[in-house]
Amino acid sequence: MSGFIALLARDLHLVWRRPGDVAVVLAFFVVATVLFPLGIGPETNLLARIAAGVLWCAALFASLLSLDRLFVADYEDGTLDLLLLAPWPLELAALAKCAAHWIVTGLPLAILAPFLGIAFGLDRSSLLALAATLLVGTPTLSLIGGLAAALTLGARRSGALLALLALPLCVPTLIFGAGAVETMAIGKNFTTHLAILGALALVALATTPWAMAAALRQAGE
Amino acid sequence: MADLHFLANPARFRRFSQRVMPSLSFATGLAFLVGLYFALVQSPPDYQQGETVRIMFVHVPSAWLSMAGYALLAVLGASLLVWRHPLAALVARAAAPVGACFALVCLITGSLWGRPMWGTYWVWDARLTSMLLLFFLYLGHIALSRAYDDPDRGDRAAAILALIGAINLPIIKFSVDWWNTLHQPASVMKLGGPSIHPAILTPLLWMAGSLLLLFILLVLVRTETEIDRRRLEIAELSADQAA
Repeated sequence: MSGFIALLARDLHLVWRRPGDVAVVLAFFVVATVLFPLGIGPETNLLARIAAGVLWCAALFASLLSLDRLFVADYEDGTLDLLLLAPWPLELAALAKCAAHWIVTGLPLAILAPFLGIAFGLDRSSLLALAATLLVGTPTLSLIGGLAAALTLGARRSGALLALLALPLCVPTLIFGAGAVETMAIGKNFTTHLAILGALALVALATTPWAMAAALRQAGE
Repeated sequence: MADLHFLANPARFRRFSQRVMPSLSFATGLAFLVGLYFALVQSPPDYQQGETVRIMFVHVPSAWLSMAGYALLAVLGASLLVWRHPLAALVARAAAPVGACFALVCLITGSLWGRPMWGTYWVWDARLTSMLLLFFLYLGHIALSRAYDDPDRGDRAAAILALIGAINLPIIKFSVDWWNTLHQPASVMKLGGPSIHPAILTPLLWMAGSLLLLFILLVLVRTETEIDRRRLEIAELSADQAA
């Protein structure tokens, strides 16, 4: 466990030294979202109707955008070899990397999204639902994306390949995340959606670390 | 297990497949003759769908085979990762594009059937969407297995992906069904499972059988090609070293 915390602290420290990397991802999220009203038109009813889907898709893309560097730096400078030799499980190391990724992208996205939701004309309860679903749903995106990053480590065209692998697997999270906000907008309770999002996150938590570790071991061979 | 070990040696597999190939090709051709006779001549047009019901004789077996193909990829992935079965990687590499083709055939025939029946080539129906996602999972598998300079790494990465994909497929299917019930569907795809009439069921099963044989035949041929390709690469490498 101390190894987990040490690796998490190291990754957060690295991001703290170069905050620009995170800022670029958040800026992408804002710009990509702002393009939709420009493309579709400023009609308020239509924008409020599609806001949940647009914000969720933009969050998914933003989260993927930062993932292709998740393991590459460690792979290139030899840190990954040390992690492979370390006396504690590689699964925990992979989990620590994903946790760090979630803290620096998923969490800020969940905080930022309601402010963009205001611009789309979402009411207060929908904004709450948006923040809550992003908070519960983005860990799944980090885990699935982390798996795709581990699988494509050292591959040709790894960035596009990563998106091709991760996006179909992220479909359930997207459906329930955007669905929860829409359910809230028509005045129904969204706790079912939230519970399923939580279940998806737990399934990802139970399966992806093993697959990530297996993929990283092959990359290290 | 004994049978799996018997086929583990690629050279022995090649001899085995070449011995089966002629009779398998003959059986496939014969099954197609019978199946197409039932499907195009013998079976009556449907009272509602008319002649377009015949598209179903290709569409439904393609859907079955594309799903079975992904299950096959998962089993091959497990046997590659657990037993390091040397042939599993080659068969997976050969089977993935075949399965993807069946998924694509299923989507295209479904869309051709949907035009006269539903009045549109595509609706965001739950079954259509999950088949499309299955096709994307196939594409990911194919792209990943060919993305490395070292083919072994690509094979093992794709094996992990196939296992994770097989775990996720039911979840994706369930969530797409849920999504579709939230948004009111334009029409519901109905092919009443057990209430199907024998006049339709017979050609359907014959066509399913012949397409299954075709699937096996194509995978066998492509596996042989993979073995030959690996041999050529090794021969080229040793020739380079000698020069």
